[in-house]
Amino acid sequence: MRKQPGSQRGAARSGWATVAFLTPPMLWLGVAYLGALAALLLTAFWAVDEYTPQVIHTFNLDNFRTLFTDGVYRTVAFRTIGIAIVVTIVDAVLALPIAFFMAKVASARWQRILVIAVLMPLWASYLVKAYAWRALFSAEGPLSSLGLHIGYGLPALVITLAYLWLPYMILPVYAGLQRLPGSLMEASADLGASSGTTFRRVVVPAIFPSLVAGSIFTFSLTLGDYVAVSIVGGPVQVLGGVIYQSVGTANDLPFAAALSFVPVVVMLVYLWAVRRTGALESL
Amino acid sequence: MKKSLAMRAGAVVAAGAFALSACGSSDSAGSSGASGGFKAPDIPMVKSLGSGEGAVNILAWPGYAEDGSSDKNYDWVTPFEKATGCQATVKYFGSSDEALNLMKNGGYDVVSASGDATLRLIAGGYVQPVNTDLLKNYADIQPFLKETPYNSVKGQMYGMPQGWGANLLTYNPDVVKPAPTSWADMFDPSSPYSGKISAYDSPIYIADAAVVLMTTKPELKITNPYALDQKQFDAAVELLKGQRKAVGEYWSNYAAQETAFEKGDMVLGTSWQVIVNMVEAAKKPITSVIPAEGATGWSDTWMINSKTKHPNCSYAWLDYIGGPEGNAASAYYFGEAPANAKACDTIATVDKDPTFCDTFHAGDQAYAEKIYYWTTPISQCLDGRTDTTCVPYSEWAKAWTEIKG
Repeated sequence: MRKQPGSQRGAARSGWATVAFLTPPMLWLGVAYLGALAALLLTAFWAVDEYTPQVIHTFNLDNFRTLFTDGVYRTVAFRTIGIAIVVTIVDAVLALPIAFFMAKVASARWQRILVIAVLMPLWASYLVKAYAWRALFSAEGPLSSLGLHIGYGLPALVITLAYLWLPYMILPVYAGLQRLPGSLMEASADLGASSGTTFRRVVVPAIFPSLVAGSIFTFSLTLGDYVAVSIVGGPVQVLGGVIYQSVGTANDLPFAAALSFVPVVVMLVYLWAVRRTGALESL
Repeated sequence: MKKSLAMRAGAVVAAGAFALSACGSSDSAGSSGASGGFKAPDIPMVKSLGSGEGAVNILAWPGYAEDGSSDKNYDWVTPFEKATGCQATVKYFGSSDEALNLMKNGGYDVVSASGDATLRLIAGGYVQPVNTDLLKNYADIQPFLKETPYNSVKGQMYGMPQGWGANLLTYNPDVVKPAPTSWADMFDPSSPYSGKISAYDSPIYIADAAVVLMTTKPELKITNPYALDQKQFDAAVELLKGQRKAVGEYWSNYAAQETAFEKGDMVLGTSWQVIVNMVEAAKKPITSVIPAEGATGWSDTWMINSKTKHPNCSYAWLDYIGGPEGNAASAYYFGEAPANAKACDTIATVDKDPTFCDTFHAGDQAYAEKIYYWTTPISQCLDGRTDTTCVPYSEWAKAWTEIKG
């Protein structure tokens, strides 16, 4: 059979193109991302000199021992996870009706306007929004003049974080609802289901993967936050703040690295649980 | 023209906040075989000065070495260059830790170090002893800033003092009645101002509790709030854990504390002169005192790199920045009490601000002596006790997390 050198050369060329195309992102993933994680893991087993802020490269488990035996870190970890769960639930409860209205009720024109409205807060800096809430919660703030004095602390923190991450919940839920054929709801109604039943037994199960996708954002972003806490959290202490203090104040990089493994492990468990529900495949 | 208050506040706060961010260390030092006690390495001292090398690299807190590039009205580096022929290169740093790292890697001749970085610079062998006989302006430095535990070792000075400030018991006189007279009012778990108490967010704040214990629990025999043995330290931590119930906010951002006082979110707390000035400028009720038991505070010192290639220009800079012009300009811009007694005259005449030094109590030795200046706590007790070991800063940092819970 006659050879077709042209097509072979073409295949080779496309092979090289694939390599060239994939190398930068794979390097990024491998070196900058996984490499940094590996370095983090390694650092967690080192120590720091008492006088100079030098990391001593001797393998030891002291950091993890402190982490597990000292009750305060457990308290802070559970508090942080608790806040992340509450923020996620608040966002899900708020996002569902908003996204449903956007996807199924509003006209095409209003849909566009609402999407922009949801995205709009993302154009403003996170810090500006957090400080705006600080002003809102203040003793002389607008909420107080309405007789609603919240002050700084846990409730203020949950409200602020729920506000900050709400768009990340609305958008996936909205996208999920858009993919949901209206005929399904009509069929449910035709078969005699009330709108509440339809919502509970048709809509929510259908968009469950979208809710889970949104929860990954709200949960992980809350788990890592330490700035909003310092602005509206009052005396509340969370994991991010403790890690920040270990680096910035105590200059104990190894201990900070050990601490960072708490949110990493929590997120891995969370993603594993999410995978079990099969939600990741339908993202 | 007077520098805007906010500008100076920013600088002071940067300094204050970061001065605190001392260089912690791991409590696992024992297992890693770190050095057991504080020793100053044997580094030779300059005996005499020659002519300038033509250059000096300055590592400074923001606002300590202005060459007119931030604000053309504030330039005290150029006159120095003209007078000495030493071309200055200035690098600002953001924290004591950063300063320590930069000094470790070399390349800088002089550094403005806060009391919680100085001992670590000395212990690490990064700075050299300073021959104060070669600094003609050293004579005018306020005596209470000389040979302190944070800028000297066994009577040997390691630098030229720059300036200082105190942490003040601050309150809203419209709300807090009767007026507080002791830090203990801030440490009452059942305080009537619970939820509106503003405490400082740093491990070094444990020293404030130790200051309270000096009067309330004399049996603990605390003489230096930075030299706490385990028993004294535990008592201080206990006091802070009680205070935690009444704390409305732990502040580390000066602007946040300022607005909290202005809006009435916080009515009682520990603060700085410059923040008090800002609240006053906003025409809100505020009063600050140093209670009878004293207060904690900061004090900065200019130090010389042990490996400097420009010793003559380095000495020239120390002499200039500690002198009546340089010290006045930097302390005025920064918003703190200048170390040089003659700097106040300069500020009164050149900057036309005769009240500045009174506001910052610059020449007030009684006031200055009430201040326990930030010092890095180390295992070797700073108060001279040799029969026990003290709790090092790394443990303070860990305890701080526990206090906040």
